Amino acid sequence: MSRHDTAASPVQDRGAAPGRGPAAPAPPADETHRTRLSRRWQRDMRWSPYAFVSPFFLLFAAFGLFPLIYTGWASLHTVELTAPTDMQWAGLHNYTRIFDDDFFWNAAKNTLTIGIISTVPQLLMAMGLAHLLNYKLRGSTFFRVAMLAPYATSIAAASLVFVLLFGRDYGVINWALHFVGVDKVDWQNDKWSSQIAVSSVVIWRWTGYNALIYLAAMQAIPQDLYESAALDGANRWQQFFHVTVPQLRPTILFTTVVSTIGASQLFGEPLMFDSIKGASGGTDHQFQTLGLYLYEQGWVNQHLGRASAIAWTMFLILILIGVVNYVISRRLRASS
Amino acid sequence: MTTTLTNSSGDAPPKTARVRRSKAARAGGQLHAGPAAYAVLVLFTLGSLFPLVWTAIAASRDNNRLAQTPPPFWFGSNLMHNLRIAWTDANLGKAFLNTTIVAGVSATTIVFLSTVAGFAFAKLRFRGRNGLMLVVIGTMMVPPQLSIIPLYMMVAKLNWSDQLQAVILPSLVSAFGVFFMRQYLLQALPDELIEAARVDGASSWRVVWHVVFPAARPAMAVLGMLMFVQSWNDFLWPFLVLSQNGNPTVQVAIAGLGRGFTPDQSLIMAGALLGTLPLLLVFAIFGKQIVGGIMQGAVKG
Repeated sequence: MSRHDTAASPVQDRGAAPGRGPAAPAPPADETHRTRLSRRWQRDMRWSPYAFVSPFFLLFAAFGLFPLIYTGWASLHTVELTAPTDMQWAGLHNYTRIFDDDFFWNAAKNTLTIGIISTVPQLLMAMGLAHLLNYKLRGSTFFRVAMLAPYATSIAAASLVFVLLFGRDYGVINWALHFVGVDKVDWQNDKWSSQIAVSSVVIWRWTGYNALIYLAAMQAIPQDLYESAALDGANRWQQFFHVTVPQLRPTILFTTVVSTIGASQLFGEPLMFDSIKGASGGTDHQFQTLGLYLYEQGWVNQHLGRASAIAWTMFLILILIGVVNYVISRRLRASS
Repeated sequence: MTTTLTNSSGDAPPKTARVRRSKAARAGGQLHAGPAAYAVLVLFTLGSLFPLVWTAIAASRDNNRLAQTPPPFWFGSNLMHNLRIAWTDANLGKAFLNTTIVAGVSATTIVFLSTVAGFAFAKLRFRGRNGLMLVVIGTMMVPPQLSIIPLYMMVAKLNWSDQLQAVILPSLVSAFGVFFMRQYLLQALPDELIEAARVDGASSWRVVWHVVFPAARPAMAVLGMLMFVQSWNDFLWPFLVLSQNGNPTVQVAIAGLGRGFTPDQSLIMAGALLGTLPLLLVFAIFGKQIVGGIMQGAVKG
């Protein structure tokens, strides 16, 4: 209520404004008042933008940037979980330790393979779905909301359900597979099937979301591009590949980058997928990701310094991916 | 409130798209969806919804029934029983309260700060604007997970473990939020409105309060919902700082259910169901607006 009242006031002011326009002669007392006002006005115009954006940067500096840099510092020390404030200089020891650890390389490989298994089919399906959702549809809102429902489900809840669905003996998926003659798959202990199962949680949660992002981009494509393609005799498929896909290139790049970052950080899904082993990612570490390895080193083995070295390594890998991405996208732009 | 939401964020883009497409149909472009398209969409919809429905089915059975083939595909009679036990076992009452506080404070603050910052980036002229905006976008590329170790040290030093502020404080800003509000205000807030307020001698802060907030309200609502969902489902950080004793968020509580020594699957499913239901309700009511918000945030990157 009160907001409505106050919101109306500028309008009233505007009505009164011509009365005190610059043409009206002003008494000298008012003059000084006005210069003071205008100085305040200038200060306001000059500094308030910075005041408006500064909370973001201050909070990010405190809880994002500083910890990130400090992680690099901590990675050069021996720090134990039991006494997190007691740091002892260790040089590059933490890095040599993790690079000598087979489990690190195993986790790196798993992160890569799970990343590919979860990202590539996800984005391809999302693209296809977006194309279908872009047709004139009955109940299009229903389809969109339904496909976004997994996004509302948390990692913890989704993983717990998928553990059951992927159960070896009584799971729905193996039961469905036996109709097509597939024997019981051990979704938890077998390397590839467990990675597929973990990836499917990611795929399930994010496909609809990405489909909506592609759909939004498709709706922004100018229609005359399709019309001229149609005039050139391009059929629907050719239009899709020669108009839609090239026009979506920035969006595809964007979703790829976001999904890659997400995949490199994968933690909750593999953690929850084996409720007993937890941090080791299966009995043979068959689906232990780098995120999980970090957690295991830091919170199970209680070496925070070593965990910092892992975090910092992951950060460097991300920067590397970013640079590669940048180069590729520049190449693509140059070629088109 | 719902009507303003639908008008500005949910309905508008599809409507223009529909008009355009019908022209294209004449030109031989995109057409009505055929039966095959519907079939595929229905299939994916079923795939999206099945795990959720099956959670409820499993939660309504008991552990013995879940250890039989074929798996159950219809509801049993144990739902209320399981929900009650899961509620007390996982301390879900406390967890719901905690998560509501955390998600509420975090979403409100993010919306407020993002709107003000987004306005500055969209409509105010200042030195370094473009550079700072690039920095904001750049921060989106840095996963928060890589910062957890020093944050954990801070929490230990301040004796904040198991306290809600340890979860709330690091989650008060969102680069996505700033970007989202900037994109919205660029097109939804006419410069003349700001000029008019300026002519009347309104300070920047008054402009924010009387012009920007009213104009941004639909986008603020959508951003608030998106951030609430994100915060509600946040897992790793709450899991690290709240899991010691007795003050969990919903996600931490659910995760704890799964790690019992003799896990009762139907109970776990009941917990998962309880933790998911509030958000599913929000989606059922505001689904259209949320979809519109995600699509709107996506386009003009």
